[in-house]
Formats: sequence, structure tokens, C-alpha cells
Amino acid sequence: MTTLIEAPPEDGEGLLPIKKKTSGGGLGRYILIRFFLIFPTILILVTMVFFLMRTTGDPITAALGGRLPQEQLQERIAAAGYDRPIFVQYFEYLAQLITGNFGTTLSDNRPVAEMLATYGAATLELTINALLVALAVGIPLGLIAAHRRDKGPDAGLRVFAILCYATPVFFSGLLFKLTFSVWLGWLPVAGRATPATELALTSLEAPTGIYWLDAIRSGNMAALADVMAHAVLPALALGLLTAGIFLRLVRTNVIGTLGKDYVEAGRSRGVSEYRLLTKHAYKPALIPIITVMGLQIAVLLGGAVLTETTFEWKGLGFQLATYLTARDFVAVQGIVVLLAVIVAVTNFFVDIVAALIDPRVRY
Amino acid sequence: MTTTAVTEPVKDPKDPWFRRLPVISHFNKSVGLQRGMLVAGLVLTGLFLLTAVFAPLIAPYGFSQISDADGNFPAQQPPGGKFLMGTTVGGYDVFSRVVWGAQTAVLVIIVAVIMSIFIGVALGLVSGYIGGWLDRTLVVIADAVYAFPPLLVAIVMAIAISGGRSSLWGGILAAAISITVVFIPQYFRVIRAETIRLKAEPFVESAKVVGASNIRIMRLHVFKNATRTLPLIFTLNASEAILTLAGLGFLGFGIEPTSAAEWGFDLNKALADTTSGIWWTGVFPGLAIVLTVLGLTLVGESINDLNDPRLRGRRKAASGKGGPQSTPGAPAAREEEVSSS
Repeated sequence: MTTLIEAPPEDGEGLLPIKKKTSGGGLGRYILIRFFLIFPTILILVTMVFFLMRTTGDPITAALGGRLPQEQLQERIAAAGYDRPIFVQYFEYLAQLITGNFGTTLSDNRPVAEMLATYGAATLELTINALLVALAVGIPLGLIAAHRRDKGPDAGLRVFAILCYATPVFFSGLLFKLTFSVWLGWLPVAGRATPATELALTSLEAPTGIYWLDAIRSGNMAALADVMAHAVLPALALGLLTAGIFLRLVRTNVIGTLGKDYVEAGRSRGVSEYRLLTKHAYKPALIPIITVMGLQIAVLLGGAVLTETTFEWKGLGFQLATYLTARDFVAVQGIVVLLAVIVAVTNFFVDIVAALIDPRVRY
Repeated sequence: MTTTAVTEPVKDPKDPWFRRLPVISHFNKSVGLQRGMLVAGLVLTGLFLLTAVFAPLIAPYGFSQISDADGNFPAQQPPGGKFLMGTTVGGYDVFSRVVWGAQTAVLVIIVAVIMSIFIGVALGLVSGYIGGWLDRTLVVIADAVYAFPPLLVAIVMAIAISGGRSSLWGGILAAAISITVVFIPQYFRVIRAETIRLKAEPFVESAKVVGASNIRIMRLHVFKNATRTLPLIFTLNASEAILTLAGLGFLGFGIEPTSAAEWGFDLNKALADTTSGIWWTGVFPGLAIVLTVLGLTLVGESINDLNDPRLRGRRKAASGKGGPQSTPGAPAAREEEVSSS
């Protein structure tokens, strides 16, 4: 839920040291250095999470304390190696992570990697849906606001953008549920699909876990409709959160490009205002959106935790909340590490795209 | 959040002191729609603060009160009569909990923002002024934390501090520290960038020549100049703090319902009510969050726009690309970038 006035930090002062290092270097060198910067980012987050979680005690006491007699607890702690010095455990954990071994969850005893793959697909689906909603709402409305600048529609849209930011996902989700599911009865209240559909889709051969993709692949149209109906409200709730940011971004950038000489030249040749807006001013204004989109991934992932809990969407966020309640810190650590990797890698790609588009970023 | 364009409103020394106070000077400069937004924001924020301060007088019942002289409160009573906004499944009075929730929110914001300003500003000053490996290390750490979903950072912190949930002050402190960790990188960035810029200014060099110590330069010359943008960040972060607190509460990592009223927690409990069509338990605390955040954001944005001559409302006719009437700092800075490319 980062602010709506987020400055993209990647090309800001945040990367100052890199700029210094790469002065005189080319694009290749920039990409290389930027690539190696992924690792400290992940390492810092993993370290932070590891030690913070351990300040509350060892995972076994946290998860099972009070439910097992003291001797059995000690036995299990010793068996899992949690009684050794913390730094030994830390480096062992890091070594395990490098080999892709995230450990086993304590509460339901399944490999964390498998759990991540299953629920990661659900979160990916939700995030993609939400991003589509955000773009579909934000870009056209931003264009309208820029076109009708300082007039009634612009003022209205600006308030709308602030409202998008000011409404927590779980509250907009609650309102949507009340209106569309309970009162109007149009859409399902929660979940990703009805149990029958869920069964049909998960029993497919090599399911991707992204339900609409699986439904299309198997040609099951009834399942597709069911999945879509379930996807609407969560996607709206999470998408609107970021739609406001896109709206404002498009608005300011289009206003910026509308005042440029080449647009003025087009206007003097008699190009219609509509065409100026949609053809001339629109495309260059989209470039900054790519940078901000990278940042929005982090916002969406944070929002996904709340959205999934609101709609019982069985993804990483929903599981995170469940594992947190069960004090299953091995699973929590796994989820947080995966999210850290996703955020770090996305930021890397965003920086590369930004550097490809705008050479000034990389000098 | 870092706009190099943000400049201090011009202060006319002839004005009486009260006209030079931050918000009042901004009000006097505003026109039209912008003044409307500022006023709307101030009214909402004022309402929020008044509710928080006078919560004991406004709320008819305590936040965890479930019975009075007439016996137990009915559960899930619709709004009306004795219960202005109805009651929850546990028999709490919704109106009272909304009012008390304002107090919790204010306490958390104050503690969180003061702590993060204090630590963030100190780190930013030292990092920017000293530079070198210390600076690089701190920047990499701050960037890593900054890039991560703030809510997740807050959750991890909340677990580490209180193991999940706790008493009123313990809970407030835990929530505040969790939010602080999210905000420190933001203050750090802003102050560090300003410090680096200021370090090269002639007045810092002349202070060095005169023989002032590093601490004196940092305290006297850099600090005062680097912190001009803080009131703006303060208002914007206050709204973020409310959202983070509500998010924590919604996930069950906030404050125990018996030790304080918290809007996010109430919304979590209200979620189960929606399926049976009970709307009052969720809609009222939700509206409280939205209106509070809306008010703070309107004030923050208005100040941001009014600080920036390019964004300030135009009293005269627009000239060319001038500046949009009001836009948030970052996209505005972007606009500069776009238009200069």
C-alpha cells in the first residue's frame, strides 16, 4: 500500500552509487551490475526475515508449544537442529535456499517449494487480473482527465483517484461482496471456483494452476464462465487500488506531452484533438508507466494478501495469513523469500527496460 | 516522493507570524478548486482529530463494553434507537468502536511518524554527509526494504515484536514500530538526497573553512535546509500509517479488541457478517478509514501542489504547458522529465 505519489526510485537517487560506478560504461555493463544487485537485495530481506522470526523463538515451540509435553518438544527441536547456534542455522538455511530446498511446513508437513508452486499460481492469476483492471480503468480515465484538464470531469476523476487509494482493499472488497453477491446475487461471494469446477480443473493433466488458462486448455466453457465469475470481484477490488495511480500518471504525462512542439505542429496542421490525444500524445506518455508498473507489483503483492483473505482466494496471501495464525514460521519464511525474489527480479527487469528506452538512466 | 521541485512557500517577513504557519500560508495562496480540496481535507482531518481527542465524551459506551444497566447489549442489532450504528455479533456498539478507533489511529500515527522521522532523518543526514561505504551500505539496505511490500514488512515486524498481538500500549507500540520500519527508508531517501545536494552548497563550504565541526555543520546548516519537505511527507505518511495499521488489524496482527478499538480488526470480524446481509458492522469502520485517509491525503497533496510553483493553481490564464493545476509530486517530476526529453 505504498503511497500514490510514489516516485519511481529505481532511476532516482536510489541508484546513485551504480551511476557512479558505471560512469562511462555501456548498456551491457549497466545490466551486469544491475543484475548482481539483485542478490544483495534478496539476501538482505532473507536475513532480516530469518532473524526477526527467530527473535520470537524457534519455529517448533511457536507452532506446537503448549500442545506437546516439554520433553517431546525438546526432542523435536533437537531433531530439527533448532538448538544449535543461530549463525550455524542461518548459514545452513542459506545453503538450503541456494539448492532450492525451502524446508517442510510444520503445520501440514508438506514441502514448502510445492506449497509455493501451488498457491503461487493462484496469486499470479489474481495479480494479472488486477493489473488488467488497473490498466483498463486507469489509462482511458487518465486520457479523459488530461483532455478535460481543470474542468469538471478532471476534478471528479482526481477525487476518484484519491478515493481509490484511500479505500483499503478489504473494505472495497466487503462493499463489492455486499452489493453484487449478497444484495444483487449476481456474483459468487468468495473462492476461486465452485467445488465441482475446482475438481475438474485440478484433475487435469499438468495443470498450470491458473484456472482460466486450464479451463481454456481443456475446452471446458462452463468451467471458464464459473472461474470468470469468481474472478471479477477480487480483480476489481485489487485493480482499483492501483487504477488511481495509473490514472494520475497518464494524466500528468499526457498533459506534459500535449504541450510539446510536435503536438502543436500537428494541431496547426488540423489534426483533430481526439487523434492528437490518442495517437500523438498517448504513446510517449506510456513510457513512465512501465517503470511504475514494476513498483506496483510490490503494491499488488501486498494488496493480494488482503484481497485473498477477503475473498478466500487460496493463494500465497491467504496461505500466509493462515500460516501466520498457525505460527508456522518455516512456511512464512518460504513465502516471504519467494515474494522477495519476485520483487527483486521485477525491479531488475523494469530497470533494464527503462535503460533501454531512455539512455539517460544508465550513464 | 522526492521532488526536487518542492520549494518552501515564500514567506513574507512582514506578515504576522500566524499567517506564516505552514497550513495557513498555504491556504492564503490557494485558489478555486485547490482551495476547496485543501478545505475539505482540513475539515475531514479536523473532524478525525477532534473525534480522537474527545472520544471519551462522544462515545456512548466503552470500546469493549457489552452490557449496561439494562443488561447485555443485543447482538447484531440494526442501526437505530439506542445503538446509532447497530451492534456487532459480540454485542459491541459499532458507533462507540468507530469513535474509539480514531483515538487508537491517532496514537499509532503519532508514535510511528515521530519515530520514523527521528531515525530516518538522522540516518539520512549521516549517510548523505559522510558518504563512502557507510552510505552505499545504507542505501542498498534501504532500497531492499523499500522495494518490498510494506504490509509484509509490517507483518514480520509485528510478529517479531509482540508475537502477533498484545495489550493497548504494547499493541500500539508494535504497530507503530512495524510502520516505522516501512517508513524509515522513505525519510532516509529524501533527507539523504537533500543532504548530498546541500553538501556542495557554498555556505557549507564556508562553514568548513571557518572551522565548524562536522556535527555543527550537520546540525545547523544541513539539517535546517534538508527538512523543509518534512511537513508534506508527514501528512502523506500519516495516511499510509492508517492504512498499514488497518491492514495489520484486518489480518489479526493488530491490537487485541479488548485493549483498544481498531477499525481494521472490526472489518475483519465484519467480513463474516456480510454473507447474511449485515452491513453496518463493516460499512461504518470502513467509512471511517476512507474518510480519514481521504482527509489526510487531500491536505498533503494540496500542500505539495502549493509548495511547487509549477503546480500551484493558476490565477491568470494558462500559458503553454505551465503546470497541471495540481498533481502529486512524483508524476510532476516525471512530467518534467518527459517534457525535457
